[in-house]
Amino acid sequence: MANKLNPESVRQTKALMDEIRRITTKPWNIMEICGGQTHSIMEYGLDQLLPEQINLIHGPGCPVCVTSLELVERALQIAAQPGVIFTSFGDMLRVPGSTGDLFSARAQGADVRVVYSPMDALKLAQANPQNQVVFFAVGFETTVPAIAASILHAQKLGLDNFSILPANVLVPPAMHAILQSPDNRVNAFLAAGHVCAIMGYHEYEPIAQKYRTPMAITGFDPADLALGILLCVRQLEEGRAEVENGYPRYVSHEGNKTAQAMMAKVFKAVDRQWRGIGLIPKSGLGLRDEFQAFDASIRFDIELAQLQESELCIAGQVLRGLSKPSQCPAFGTICTPSNPLGAPMVSGEGACAATYRYHKVN
Amino acid sequence: MEESLSNLQNFSCPMPISHHETVLIGHGSGGTLTHDLIRNLFQKQLGNPILNQGNDAALLKLGQEIPEGMDLVVSTDAHIVSPLFFNGGDIGRLSICGTVNDVAMLGALPKFLTATFIMEEGFPLTDLERIVSSMAEAAKEAGVQIIAADTKVTEKGKSDKIFISTTGIGWRKKDLQISGQNAKPGDLVILSGSIGNHGIAVAEARGNLGFKSEIKSDVAPLNGMIAELLKNFPEVHVLRDPTRGGLATSLVEITCQSQLGIILEENAIPVDQDVRSACDLLGLDPLYMANEGKLILILPQEFAKAALSCLQNHPYGINAAIIGRVEEKPAGQLLLKTPLGTSRHLDMLAGEMLPRIC
Repeated sequence: MANKLNPESVRQTKALMDEIRRITTKPWNIMEICGGQTHSIMEYGLDQLLPEQINLIHGPGCPVCVTSLELVERALQIAAQPGVIFTSFGDMLRVPGSTGDLFSARAQGADVRVVYSPMDALKLAQANPQNQVVFFAVGFETTVPAIAASILHAQKLGLDNFSILPANVLVPPAMHAILQSPDNRVNAFLAAGHVCAIMGYHEYEPIAQKYRTPMAITGFDPADLALGILLCVRQLEEGRAEVENGYPRYVSHEGNKTAQAMMAKVFKAVDRQWRGIGLIPKSGLGLRDEFQAFDASIRFDIELAQLQESELCIAGQVLRGLSKPSQCPAFGTICTPSNPLGAPMVSGEGACAATYRYHKVN
Repeated sequence: MEESLSNLQNFSCPMPISHHETVLIGHGSGGTLTHDLIRNLFQKQLGNPILNQGNDAALLKLGQEIPEGMDLVVSTDAHIVSPLFFNGGDIGRLSICGTVNDVAMLGALPKFLTATFIMEEGFPLTDLERIVSSMAEAAKEAGVQIIAADTKVTEKGKSDKIFISTTGIGWRKKDLQISGQNAKPGDLVILSGSIGNHGIAVAEARGNLGFKSEIKSDVAPLNGMIAELLKNFPEVHVLRDPTRGGLATSLVEITCQSQLGIILEENAIPVDQDVRSACDLLGLDPLYMANEGKLILILPQEFAKAALSCLQNHPYGINAAIIGRVEEKPAGQLLLKTPLGTSRHLDMLAGEMLPRIC
């Protein structure tokens, strides 16, 4: 039998929390960038162990949540094309567009499949030469190397029935956007360990300096997150603003150079709409000109009708850390994980869904 | 003349075409193909005096097949699973165990089952044979008889290989009070073994894991273990099998039925190491994974320890553990206490379980 947490991890987490309590003298707002961090914080109830002055803000960090309505709608339209096998990571399937979600597209006859890796989608394309296989390329930098590899592989194989719908987003431009906002309340960031395992953290250092905002890179275990929070609080209390690596067993300053080179070969930075937030310059990844043959938004020329977000949903404010999910009039009543009005209620990483699942009782 | 006529009546083709490799539309026509299939496959594997009566319906006489002075318990369940065969079981074993367990969860002794087979034209008869033989084996283990059955065949593409629906009939003593509403404050919650194995075994058989594992489905008939339990502990308040939706969803159902709260100890919930690893890797939660051979038992605290040993003495309950407690509050809610001493709210599974991206 396997314990959820071993006694050593419990001991470490509690000791780190004691230290946070000991050194905290002022109120601080710390934003976790990644939905995986939000999920772990909620899953282990770490916020319940923090002193009252420390307020964790759930950032825009769920790639599912920030994928624009336009891209979700485009995905739905492509999936509905005859002969298309539309593939995606699991939690994109329930994200509402303005005409439904990928589940409802599947119920209406579209061939929509969950894959765990873009390579699985590539294999589907090889096995089904008569079909067009499209992969919905969502995620932060973490998922990009595998997607780039699938494109390079498809090119090598000369596959003309494989394409991706590019929707990847980048962390540093989002940090800029949050810190530049006049409403900004964020005092420090918990940077995501798996993103940094690929990208390193040198990109974050100028941001920390420019905005005088400390950052700590964290993993996803309770002790990793507690350490990250401690590193941020210590910097805030001491008036420092640096990037500290709390996850050195996986993250180095420069990151994975091979993966970065592969990403740079296939993708370039493009402007991208973030759902609920708006356009952030150079915050997304699009295919370079020489790989545009693999771009599903070009391969399937689709005219999109007028798009409409739910009027009640305050997802934009939640994603920018301005409102808590529980402040939304629809939260837990009209909007639930079974019937999400906005994307943050969909993914386990979405701030609304995580709050709903783990904190309904409060 | 008479002699030659009788010769004619006995005339049959010396080489009848009775061997087919797949299910044909004709197998559902009610004609000779159907009869051949019933005689050579279903009756051969599942036959018993009641099924073999050959009437439109089975007759169960009160005082004979059904004892007098008992309450009847009936449950029905349709089984669709893809793929049909997975590590530790198949749709045949599932179709028996699923319904046997549902009847047993009311504290009843399941005795009879009916079965409906909806098959897709072209389905290999060797697979059908394998499935029916697996049903026979599971029925034997559970001590139940199939007393009525039906087959239908759809055109190719109108169904998916095979669907099996079974209905179970059993009875229980009139004085038993087992139901989700009967949980009482102070009761303890026992789980009969580790969770998530079935869900992961099926995911692996679908090729969804992307790696090999030795994890086996736990699909098993639990009526033997339950009969043993109730013989010694008629004070049991609730029995429930955490199938689809997993442990969390089943317990939330019980909190809603009883309007009481249940507090779980996260570290007390048995999860096999390889199931935990597979779930961690895929972003799935064992609390929401399907099980087909586990039961949740809720009973007064004073009987809990002895009931736990009773389960642990049974092959299907070796890893049984006390996992939580029923409380007055929070009414209608399920709380999980983490090893860090924090707690979180658990809800029912919303829709299909989706792996997370990160």
